[in-house]
Amino acid sequence: MSNFFEKSDVSRKEAESIISDTLQKCDDGELYLENSKSESILLDDNKIKNSSYNSDLGFGFRAISDEVVAYSHSNEVSKNSLKQSSENLKSTLKSVKGTYNHEIPKSNNKYYDNINPIEQKSLNEKIKILNDVNDYLRSKGDKVKQVTANFLGEQKSVEIIRSGGETLSDVRPLVRFNVSVMVEKDGRKETGVYGVGGRQSYDSYLKDENWKSVCDEALRIASVNLESKPAPAGEMKVVLGPGWPAILIHEAVGHGLEGDFNRKKTSAFHNLMGQKVASEGVTIIDDGTIDNRRGSLTIDDEGTPTEKTVLIENGILKNFMQDRLNARLMKTRSTGSGRRENYRHIVLPRMRNTMMLSGKQTQEEMIKAVDKGIFAVSFGGGQVDITSGKFVFNCTEAYEIVNGKIGSPIKGATLIGDGPSILKEVSMVGNDMMMDPGIGTCGKAGQGVPVGVAQPSILINKMTVGGTKL
Amino acid sequence: MVKDQEFLETKALYCLGLAKKLGATDSSVIVKNSISETVNFRNKKLDESNRSDDLGLSITTYIGKKKSSISSSNLLNDNLNILIEKCIETTKNTPEDEFNSLPDRDLFAKEVKDLNLYDETHIENNQKIDYLKRLEAAASNDKKIVNTESSFTQNKSNFILANSKGFCDGYKTSSFTASSVTVAKDEKSMERDYEYSSKCFLKDLDDADELGNLAANQTIRKLSPKKIGSEKIAIIFDKRIAKGVLSTFASAISSSAISRGTSFLKDKVNQKIFSDKISVFDKPDMLRGLGSRNFDSEGVKTDTLKLVDQGILKHYLIDTYNGKKLNLKSNGRCGGTSNLYFENGNISFKDLLNSNSKSLYITETIGHGSNIVTGDYSVGATGFLIENGEFKYPINEITIAGNFKDMFQNITLANDLEFKYATNSPTMLIEGMVVAGK
Repeated sequence: MSNFFEKSDVSRKEAESIISDTLQKCDDGELYLENSKSESILLDDNKIKNSSYNSDLGFGFRAISDEVVAYSHSNEVSKNSLKQSSENLKSTLKSVKGTYNHEIPKSNNKYYDNINPIEQKSLNEKIKILNDVNDYLRSKGDKVKQVTANFLGEQKSVEIIRSGGETLSDVRPLVRFNVSVMVEKDGRKETGVYGVGGRQSYDSYLKDENWKSVCDEALRIASVNLESKPAPAGEMKVVLGPGWPAILIHEAVGHGLEGDFNRKKTSAFHNLMGQKVASEGVTIIDDGTIDNRRGSLTIDDEGTPTEKTVLIENGILKNFMQDRLNARLMKTRSTGSGRRENYRHIVLPRMRNTMMLSGKQTQEEMIKAVDKGIFAVSFGGGQVDITSGKFVFNCTEAYEIVNGKIGSPIKGATLIGDGPSILKEVSMVGNDMMMDPGIGTCGKAGQGVPVGVAQPSILINKMTVGGTKL
Repeated sequence: MVKDQEFLETKALYCLGLAKKLGATDSSVIVKNSISETVNFRNKKLDESNRSDDLGLSITTYIGKKKSSISSSNLLNDNLNILIEKCIETTKNTPEDEFNSLPDRDLFAKEVKDLNLYDETHIENNQKIDYLKRLEAAASNDKKIVNTESSFTQNKSNFILANSKGFCDGYKTSSFTASSVTVAKDEKSMERDYEYSSKCFLKDLDDADELGNLAANQTIRKLSPKKIGSEKIAIIFDKRIAKGVLSTFASAISSSAISRGTSFLKDKVNQKIFSDKISVFDKPDMLRGLGSRNFDSEGVKTDTLKLVDQGILKHYLIDTYNGKKLNLKSNGRCGGTSNLYFENGNISFKDLLNSNSKSLYITETIGHGSNIVTGDYSVGATGFLIENGEFKYPINEITIAGNFKDMFQNITLANDLEFKYATNSPTMLIEGMVVAGK
C-alpha cells in the first residue's frame, strides 16, 4: 500500500483538516489519491519495439453542492498544492448550504489479491515469451507476414479520504496480453487479434504455454478472414455467439442505463423504469464482484463497495447504475458504479462486468431458425448515441447463414440497431453464457476504464448489417 | 501559471546528465506542464468547474542500439533517480534493434519561429460563466430543446524537448475552447447534436450566440428521422465528417504502417490514389494554427509537404526509426501531421448538393469502421436525404460502406475549406457508396 504523505510536506492530519474545512456544508466530496505503476512491452515486426514504464502520482479534490461539482487535481501532493485546490473549490461553490453525507456502506469482501504483477515476472521472461510468440506464429507458414504481441501490466493504489477523516483504500492489479497477426494470400491481407487478461498475475493467464492458444485464436480469425467475401447490406436475422459479442449489450443498453444520462433525461431509457424493454427471458446484470475479472472492483472510486446490480429482469427495467452524486439527486443509493480513469478525471457512473444471463436454447437451434442472416462470432469495438439510442458494433469474424446452415465467412461490417427496441427483438437466449477473455476498455467523456462483458448465444430477429453487397 | 522554460529545462538537463552518468550512450527527454481550467453549464446553470495542473516527464535512454523509456508525473529528484536507474537497467536487458537512434544532427530544427501560438490573456471563471450564459440562452431559445450542456476551457501549456545531441527547445501554447451539446425532443424522437469552437487566441473564438444557435438548429433539424432502404447512392460528407477521411489517409501513410506492411497505401508513392483534382497539404507553420509546430516530437524540423499532388501520392509521414527502416530521411512527422488539409475544390457547396438528383448528406458517423490494412470502411451514420439540391428529411439507423481505394478515386470537393480543426476538409462528395438501411 502507498503512503501518500510519507515524502510530502503535508501530514495526514493536516490534509484531513484541509479536507474537512473545504467540504463543510457541501453535500459530498472527497480527496482521492492515486499512485499507479504501469508497464508496456511490445514486440512488433520481429523486434522488441518498446519497453516502457510509467509511474504516476496525484490527487483529485472534489466538492459537491446540490448539482454543482467543483474539481481540482494536481500531481504534487504538497501542502501548497492542496491549499490551492481547496481555494479553487471554495471559489466555485461560493454559497454552500448542504449537509455532508457521511454514509458509505462497509464490506470485507475482496475480489482480487494485493499483488504487483509487474514485479512478479522478470523483464527477460516477458521478452522470451514475446519472442516465442513471434517464432511460433511465423513457423505456421509463409502467409504470416506480421506479428505484434504485448504485455500491459499495472498496479494502482487508491485512497479516498472523506470529511472527518474516514479513509478507504484499495490496491488494484491489472494485466493484459495481446497478440495480433497479419496474413497475406494472393495479394490480400487480413488481420486477426486476440488477447487475455484480468486482475491476476500474468502467469495465471499464460502458464503451461497457454500463450500458444492465444496465438492460435488470432491466427484462426485472420485465416478465416482471408476467405471472406463481401458482407450483405440490409436488415436481416443475426445470431450472436457467446462471450465477447456481449459488447452489443454494453452499447445497446448498458450506457443508456447509467445514472447521469437518466437524471439529465438525455437517455432513451429515462422514462422506461419498470417497463418492458426486452423479450421475456432476457435478464441483464452489471456485476463488480466476480473474482479477478477485468471489470471487477473491491470498492469503486468513491469508496462504495461494488455489488451485483440487476438492470433488466426477465425483460423488465429494474435499476440504473449509480454513483453517489446521481443517486442522491435521484433519491436512490449508489450501486458502487462511480468510476474514473485516474485522478485527473471526475467520477461518472460506469459499467463493470455487464452480463446477459443464460436461457434454455442451443446455438444450433438458433442457426436452424434462420433462412437468411449472419452469424457473428467476434467483434472489434462499438459505440452508441445515448439520446437517439442508435448503436453500432464492428464484426471481426462473421459468417452468412443460408437455409439454417452456416455458410462462407464475410468481411468485417458494422451492425447498427436501436437500443431501446433491440432487446425486444431477441427471440432465443442460449444456454451457453460465457465471459469475454478480459480485454475490454470502455470510453465515456474521454475517460477509459477496464470493463468486462458476458452473454450466451442469442438470436436477434432484425438488425441492419452494413455490408457492401446489395 | 505554467512552469517557465527555465524550470523545465533544468529538469530536462538533470535527466540527460544522470542518464549519461549511469551509462546511456544517448538519451532524449520531454518535460511538459499543462494547466486547464474548465467551466461546464447545464440547462443555464453552473454544473461543474474543473482545474487540472499536469506536470510530466518522459525519458528515453539508449545504450548503443538498445532502447527503453519511462515516464512519470513525479518530478522530485529522488524519484527521478530511481526511475532513470530502472530505465537504464531495462535498456541493458532489452534486445538490440539496428534502427534505434536519435535523429541525425543536421535534421534538427535550427530556428524556432514565433508562430503566434500563445495568448497571454487569462480568462477568469466569471468571464467564462458570462460567455456560457449567453451561449445557453441562445441554445435553449426554441422550446424543442430540452437539455443543454456547454463548456468553456482555457488551456496553457509549456514544454521542453532536449536530447544528448544538444537539441534543447520548447515553447508555450494556449487554447480556448467552447462547446455546446443540445438535446431536442418531439413526439416521435429525441436527438442530440453539437457545435464547437477552439482557437489559440481568445479573441478569435466564435461568438457565444452564434455557437448556441448553431448547436440548437443542427439538433432540431434532426428530429423525426426516417430509415431508408439499402441502395448504392452518392454520399456527401459534412466538413466535420470529411476531415475523418483525411485522418484515415494520414494513418495509412504513416511510416510505421508502411514499414510494417500493414497499410493499403504501401508502395503507392508516385502513384495516383485520388482523383486528379485532389491535392493534400500538411503545413506546420500556419500562424495561430491548431496543429502548428516548429519541430516534431523528436526535434526534427518540419517543412510544408504537398502530400498529394493532383491525385498522386508524393510522401509518407516519416519519423527517424521507420525512416531508417525504409531507407528514407525523416520529414519531421514523428507524432503525426500538423495542419493537414485538402486544397479547395472548384465547385460551390450548392452545386455539390445539386450534382446528383438524389444523395445522402452525412453529419455524424459512429463506430470504428476504418480498416487501414484492407481499406475497408463501414460505419453507422446519421444525416439527411438530399433531392434536387434540397434537404428533404433527416435519416438515421443506417450504415455506409465502401473501400477507401475506390472512395479516394471518387471524391469531389467543394470550395468551402475553413480552418476549424487541425485537420480540415471542404465538403466532400463520394459517388458509389453502399447504404444499408431497411
